[in-house]
Amino acid sequence: MTHRTAPAPADPGFGAAAPGSLRAEGLGYRLPPPGRGRAGALLLDGVDLEVAPGETVGVVGPNGSGKTTLLRCVYGTLTATSGRLLLDGQDAAGLTAKERARLVAAVPQDATGAFGLTVRETVAMGHSPHKRFWEGDTAEDAAQCRAALERVGAAHLADRRLDELSGGERQRALIARALVQRPRILALDEPTNHLDIRYQLDILHLARTLPPTVLVVLHDLNLAAAYCDRLYVLAAGRVVATGTPAEVLTEELLHDVYGVHTRIGPHPVTGRPNVVYVPE
Amino acid sequence: MVTALADTPAALKPRRRALPYPAVLTLLTGLLLLAALAGLALGSVRVPPGEVLAALTGSEPTPLAPVIWNVRLPRVLLAVVVGGGLAVAGTVLQALVRNPLADPFLLGASSGASTGAVLVIVAGVGTGLLGTVALPVAAFAGSMGALVVVYAMARRGGTMTTGRLILAGVAVQYILSALTSLALVLSTEAEHARAILFWTLGGLGGARWDSLFLPAAVLIAGTGLLLALSRPLDLLLAGEEGATVLGLDTHRFRAGAFVLASLVTGVLVAVSGAIGFIGLMVPHAARLLVGAGHRRLLPVTALGGALFLVVADLVARTVAAPEEIPVGVITALTGGPFFLWLLRRSSRGEGVTG
Repeated sequence: MTHRTAPAPADPGFGAAAPGSLRAEGLGYRLPPPGRGRAGALLLDGVDLEVAPGETVGVVGPNGSGKTTLLRCVYGTLTATSGRLLLDGQDAAGLTAKERARLVAAVPQDATGAFGLTVRETVAMGHSPHKRFWEGDTAEDAAQCRAALERVGAAHLADRRLDELSGGERQRALIARALVQRPRILALDEPTNHLDIRYQLDILHLARTLPPTVLVVLHDLNLAAAYCDRLYVLAAGRVVATGTPAEVLTEELLHDVYGVHTRIGPHPVTGRPNVVYVPE
Repeated sequence: MVTALADTPAALKPRRRALPYPAVLTLLTGLLLLAALAGLALGSVRVPPGEVLAALTGSEPTPLAPVIWNVRLPRVLLAVVVGGGLAVAGTVLQALVRNPLADPFLLGASSGASTGAVLVIVAGVGTGLLGTVALPVAAFAGSMGALVVVYAMARRGGTMTTGRLILAGVAVQYILSALTSLALVLSTEAEHARAILFWTLGGLGGARWDSLFLPAAVLIAGTGLLLALSRPLDLLLAGEEGATVLGLDTHRFRAGAFVLASLVTGVLVAVSGAIGFIGLMVPHAARLLVGAGHRRLLPVTALGGALFLVVADLVARTVAAPEEIPVGVITALTGGPFFLWLLRRSSRGEGVTG
């Protein structure tokens, strides 16, 4: 909240909704039991999380710490088995898939193209939660798609097939789809995965300057420090630390959570924490 | 604002579709009418096109009018209905499993329907009023059952691979054809053997006016409904997570669409037998013409499937005249190599699993 680099324009042309809040109270997720008399693994354990409208909040943690599970609970492909999730003040348990999709948009990890769907067709899918299923797209819808593609710098890709794009181009197209959804909250699961460094910086800069509130799972701690207002650190399905990057990213915590030795100093340009890893 | 990154090679020009959409529809309709006319004119007896039109309009009496009206016209119309319907069912199944290698035949739905129909015949209720109800119902149940088994086998732990899908389809087909053979061996009536062969190979020889209405009604209603559902069908192409995130209740929608695809397949197979590969080839070709969006795709697949089967049936009737080749042989001879070509392409990782 304190260091937004560029304020979002009032009307960017894709009908953006006001950013929303996100709140998890003791959120838990347990896998279904694998056999009789055996309990399923507990992937999320009493997670409390609070994101204010307009914030960009990062979720970091080691592999298997529950980051993606948490995000899936937020965007609805998993249903939490305990606790409560409030999306812009509404209990997620009482929402239909469509109602939820009007509040939360996401770029899931498995999102690739199929059957030669073009970028334009893919972005237009973002209108779906606002339509009856038999309704077609209007000229205004098409204009919103163009505006969203322009916003993410992908207008020139509109006629290309999604499955032909490079990783960075595809992320942009899918973020444009999420924008057309007019969400209050945007959930991103490692949006920088497989991207070269230029695209990594570019996508995260884009994410934090977009209208919706952003909850983003990141592996790279320096990127998380540079682009997030606040961080949640997960380990074994629990929140072990939360606060601004400067409060959270300490040498002791990274040793406890990841088991690695680091030196952390201020970034020479931004002044935010800069993590340097010390080889064993 | 983020500037566009200029890393797109100039060689990768945006794809332009060769023909505008109305032109594609007009062209296919024209070709279908021509093929239908040829289907009415050619056969054991050749009828000049002028006389065909005269017989159809009834403008002047011709001795061949009964042949045209009672034999060839129902047969051509059945080819239109079955071809269109199987192509539409194939399109929907491909979207449901998100894989262009799906087809009612390959996923076992057609074999399931055949087995259902054969069991009804062997049980001795295949004739009369009961038969007209029992056959399509058993075929529907058979195709539904086969699809559910194949889908459940192919999809474990939330992911589905092409290999598992095809293997499951092949295994289910084997089991079903073994059941059909068993019924054939155990049955004492010679008439059953002929009927069973018909359902296994597929053919349009049984076309009669009164066997046309149910499949035509199911096709029109089914295609209309699917056209209305083209938005959620498109969403399935975004992947399981993608579709959910975009507000689709994927479990409910998938279940409904499977029932619809089985219904269309079952009713069609009940009148025409298991004609394979139409639902594989036609959607693929149609996507190349008009893209993957179902609102544009479904009408084109329906027309294309109808055109393909009318032509295939014409070939089946004329190429070895006076002998008639089962039309399922023609579609398998063209569709089989096409399938192998698609499989080769998919093993190179191009646009199949997506």
